[in-house]
Amino acid sequence: MRKKELSLIIAFDETAQAMGAERCFQERGLPGRLIPIPREITAGCGLAWKAPPQEQQRLKEALEEFSPGNCRFYVLEV
Amino acid sequence: MIYLDNAATTLHKPQQVIDAVVRAMQTMGNSARGAHGSCLNASRTVYDARVKLAHFFGCQRPDHVIFTANSTEALNIAICGILSPGDHVITTDLEHNSVLRPLYEMEENHRVALSFVEADRHGCVEYEQFERLIRPETKVIVCTHASNLTGNLLDIERIGTIAHAHGVLFLVDASQTAGVVPIDMEKMHIDVLCFTGHKGLMGPQGTGGLCIREGVQIRPWKRGGSGVHSYDRHQPEAYPTRLEAGTLNAHGIAGLSAAVDYIRQEGMERMAQKETALMQRFYEGVRSIPGVTVYGDFSGPARCAVVSLNIYDYDSSSVSDELEQTYGISTRPGAHCAPRMHEALGTTRQGAVRFSFSWFNTEAEVNAAIEAVKELAQP
Repeated sequence: MRKKELSLIIAFDETAQAMGAERCFQERGLPGRLIPIPREITAGCGLAWKAPPQEQQRLKEALEEFSPGNCRFYVLEV
Repeated sequence: MIYLDNAATTLHKPQQVIDAVVRAMQTMGNSARGAHGSCLNASRTVYDARVKLAHFFGCQRPDHVIFTANSTEALNIAICGILSPGDHVITTDLEHNSVLRPLYEMEENHRVALSFVEADRHGCVEYEQFERLIRPETKVIVCTHASNLTGNLLDIERIGTIAHAHGVLFLVDASQTAGVVPIDMEKMHIDVLCFTGHKGLMGPQGTGGLCIREGVQIRPWKRGGSGVHSYDRHQPEAYPTRLEAGTLNAHGIAGLSAAVDYIRQEGMERMAQKETALMQRFYEGVRSIPGVTVYGDFSGPARCAVVSLNIYDYDSSSVSDELEQTYGISTRPGAHCAPRMHEALGTTRQGAVRFSFSWFNTEAEVNAAIEAVKELAQP
């Protein structure tokens, strides 16, 4: 297993929401990628965006502009 | 073979649609079911199609574009998911069974009241009827954008304006118009737009959907796998998952997405002009043949590329069969799943022979069809 690192995790309720957010981030050249949602957030299925913690502000601003609905922000060792 | 049954399904598809389906079948995993590359590839393709269709139909939110197997499924989801006991619905004589049967089911078993805007013998309606039929308990007006039998278009913007002026939802069946006639949900005051992918949009069969205005609540029609919130007992509330339980036809949706691209590249207006010209050429060629009766309203340019006719009192099935066997021309006889429209036209026993044209038909094919009708109408 890869060594865990402190990461920013943005959790989405909907796959369509995650797809929209990914498009939004990529269009703006923002870092990160989609991952399966970690169990620390929910034991169910779903997608989350993983990025370096220091990118939180830029990603948050992009999402506010894109307005995809309810997203949750976490900083976790994953 | 000359294919003139495009109102049933467009047989000739753009090559890029076929290529997109093949590519999807070779590369795509299950959309919304994980985060590995092939799943994300499918999820991105599906989302991309939502974005394109939202833009195409003037739907405000891509996540309010719901994919279904066809417009029948979309209409069932919308009709059964909006109506509750005590509600009243207004619909029209022009409707297809995909509207009528769910409405009859709601009327017979769920205490929903139903009123019809009547059509005359040309398949036309008086728009004032919509307003006259509205009651305090009217929940929704459900109506087709165009009759699949006559090709007559309804003035959707006018009906939508009436609906919204009275606080009534407006649900449109765009089975015959999506991809051929411009649709703007905002401008036309449409709350729910149901469409199929395999007719005017020229996508694969097994694709279709509904576009929902933000704030319109539709109860789930089916429940099951969603790829999110797996430990919840209930179907997730958020669109599109609320109405999309189970694996999507992502291979077909990839083709539908390519079909939207194709229409944008070619230009929908230019495509519609060609189809209208072919329809008009056929109409002018057959309308004066002795023994031929053409149905529908041809007084204005706003109509779909459909011409339905009968020859004397011949059984429409026999005429259609003769067209196929002797001339190699594919048409659709019978009732076209539009029983009330046939009642209005007075053709319930005879049915009618429907010729319907597409972007891929030619003038030579239309000429051949005119000649065939002329020969069949010879005494």
